[in-house]
Amino acid sequence: MKYIDEFRDPTLASSLLADIHARAARPVRFMEFCGGHTHAIFRHGLRQVLPPTVQLHSGPGCPVCVTADADLDRAIAMSKLPGVILTTFGDMLKVPGSHGSLQTAKAEGADVRVVYSTLDALQIAREHPERKIIFLGIGFETTAPTVAASILQAEAEGLHNLTVFSLHKLTPPATRAILDAGESRLAGIIGPGHVTTIIGSQAWEFLSQDYHVPCAIAGFEPLDILQAVAALVDMAEGGQPAVVNTYSRSVRPEGNRAALDILCRVFETSDAEWRGLGRVPASGLALRHEYAHFDAVLAFPVDPGPTRQHTGCRCGDVVRGAVEPPECLLFGRACTPARPIGPCMVSAEGACAAWYQYGDIGHE
Amino acid sequence: MCLAVPTLIKSIEGDMALAELGGVERTISLTLTPEARVGDYVLIHTGFAISVVDADEAQETLRLLTELAASYPDETNGNLQSTISNQRS
Amino acid sequence: MNNDRILLAHGSGGQLSHELVERLFLKHFGNSTLARLDDAAVIQAPGTRLAFTTDSYVVSPIFFPGGDIGKLAVCGTVNDLSMSGATPLYLSVGFILEEGLPLAELEPVVASLAATAQSAGVQIVTGDTKVVDRGKADKLFINTAGIGVVPTDVELGCDRVRPGDAILLSGAVGDHGMTIMSQREGLRFASPLMSDCAPLNGLVAAMLKGEVQGARTIHCMRDPTRGGLATTLNEIAGKAGVGIEIDEYAIPVREAVRAACELLGLDPLYVANEGKLVAFVAPKAAEALLAAMRVHEYGQEAAIIGRVTAEHASRVVLRTALGARRIVDMLVGEQLPRIC
Repeated sequence: MKYIDEFRDPTLASSLLADIHARAARPVRFMEFCGGHTHAIFRHGLRQVLPPTVQLHSGPGCPVCVTADADLDRAIAMSKLPGVILTTFGDMLKVPGSHGSLQTAKAEGADVRVVYSTLDALQIAREHPERKIIFLGIGFETTAPTVAASILQAEAEGLHNLTVFSLHKLTPPATRAILDAGESRLAGIIGPGHVTTIIGSQAWEFLSQDYHVPCAIAGFEPLDILQAVAALVDMAEGGQPAVVNTYSRSVRPEGNRAALDILCRVFETSDAEWRGLGRVPASGLALRHEYAHFDAVLAFPVDPGPTRQHTGCRCGDVVRGAVEPPECLLFGRACTPARPIGPCMVSAEGACAAWYQYGDIGHE
Repeated sequence: MCLAVPTLIKSIEGDMALAELGGVERTISLTLTPEARVGDYVLIHTGFAISVVDADEAQETLRLLTELAASYPDETNGNLQSTISNQRS
Repeated sequence: MNNDRILLAHGSGGQLSHELVERLFLKHFGNSTLARLDDAAVIQAPGTRLAFTTDSYVVSPIFFPGGDIGKLAVCGTVNDLSMSGATPLYLSVGFILEEGLPLAELEPVVASLAATAQSAGVQIVTGDTKVVDRGKADKLFINTAGIGVVPTDVELGCDRVRPGDAILLSGAVGDHGMTIMSQREGLRFASPLMSDCAPLNGLVAAMLKGEVQGARTIHCMRDPTRGGLATTLNEIAGKAGVGIEIDEYAIPVREAVRAACELLGLDPLYVANEGKLVAFVAPKAAEALLAAMRVHEYGQEAAIIGRVTAEHASRVVLRTALGARRIVDMLVGEQLPRIC
């Protein structure tokens, strides 16, 4: 598979690792922002083969994990409304809300459908003019433009039975919030490669300018991640923070202008509630006034009631990188993928799920 | 949600395209990458192309990595394991 | 979270399925034979040992490249019997049909069932038919039960798995699940992907014949269906109380399956198969058994994929292509609903 297999080459990986081993003298903590990176790191066993001086910590880059309880409860309440088909990406299905999940709502009779793309939601809307289709908009800057494009498509077709519950969030403000909280001394950040194809590597300049923290934008194959780690080790040792783009085959400094145009036509920034970070200003995406008729929150006002949080759940701390999953007392005991208490154990990009599924052999 | 996969554009019709990876074909939207052409590789995410792969940059990256590998000629997996255990002792 | 309803995940063959069996069914049905939870129950009848198994088939769509629900019904049951070393002999077939199902769809299923039974050398000797209201059965569901005879010198079971055993896999994994998934997700294949659905009794017979007489070097066999190879290996590791180590690069996967998995974010290790087996064999017999498999129609891509160890008991560990090691857990939820 082109552009995949070459970037998994074990020989090239070995020499990158040897390079990192040779140069990572002092202990350093890096954060991989993106949950996809956390999983790739575990899947390829990278934590095991990196030197013990290099510590990798997961960040809040799991859109499912950072969705606030109140928002999830609202989505579940919407799914139970008569005539509604709630379409969602698969991951959200099993996340426990205050009273069950979308999956339990489905088992109780709600019409909840997993889709791979907003294009599928559009198709369902076309096929069911008598039903109200709500798309649960979870995802960062990689996903939001696809949702924006679908809204424009729906508008062009005159599809009036589709709405979007936008819970889309922006990654740079979250990164600022984590650094402002100052809980962990980060020597570098592995930047989210696919988000950055949209927003551009220039969007991360603030890390070196305002925080003097090095950043390496990384793709998701082993060689990409190792290259980024090598670049961060270099900058941490040399003391010169910068934004390095190691994913240059897909990331440009200015990002994807066409996608950003479409995004900005449909959405505007708003404050957003993040699990673990609280209210972060200008970190969410809300539908612009001209597209208010696509807003599910306006079309379906629901009151899901007070949120109920499981005491002991430390997903908020996990997404901030303040603790590692095994430090949560519920991890692997009361909270497992089969019976998750928090989203970090459910999501394909959740840190707890990665730790649980792949274990941590090697640094024993 | 970060899942995006590089695929080859086999054909284009309007703003939809047939994209292929390892012999598997899928219909995707090019709305976000209007500059994409047949023969380009694009990253696809939830049914949309989000970025056109820059073949020259990919080559360059691999070239740099191959050069690095040349400066560690003994690095096979076996030797790497011993590098790691030496590091720990 | 209170699981007081049946979820799709309870049918996936993964962790929730196991819990349902253990906490509900075993609780009520418990007996020592059932509690072994083998693919087929080996029971003593006067003068002989029988293997007895049952399976239900709810796959959607009912026709797919490489097979249909009828072929699946025969192969699944024949294979469960074969995994216990039995020679499959007789099958029962029960149909639950949805009102309104066209005979033009039912007859090809029945014809396929019959043809598959014939090629596997088993007879359908009894059956039942029920019809339910429109909307209550999604075209048709099939239940089969099967009986076979276990030869006296054959002794296969998890309890015979030992540290040092070689693990053999009969061919590429993920074909069946990805074929079904591709039908549902609108993926197309330049060279069409097909379900690997096949009766394995011939392959098993060839392997048993290939053993040195009385040596009993084949310790255990299983067919990795729902939940995939990873789930089956976890089941065996757990039951036998041993560790398993497998090599990522040794596991055969077709390029199209690999690509489809990349596109859909799935792992071939968890994707269902319907014509594959894993065998745990004494290390000295591994190469000869591999050779015996490779000359058989359904074992041509057979490979040694790993070994049993005394370390990390009950866990399955994978050596990645980069030489690192990581755990392979059992499938938790449902990857692909209704693929078997």
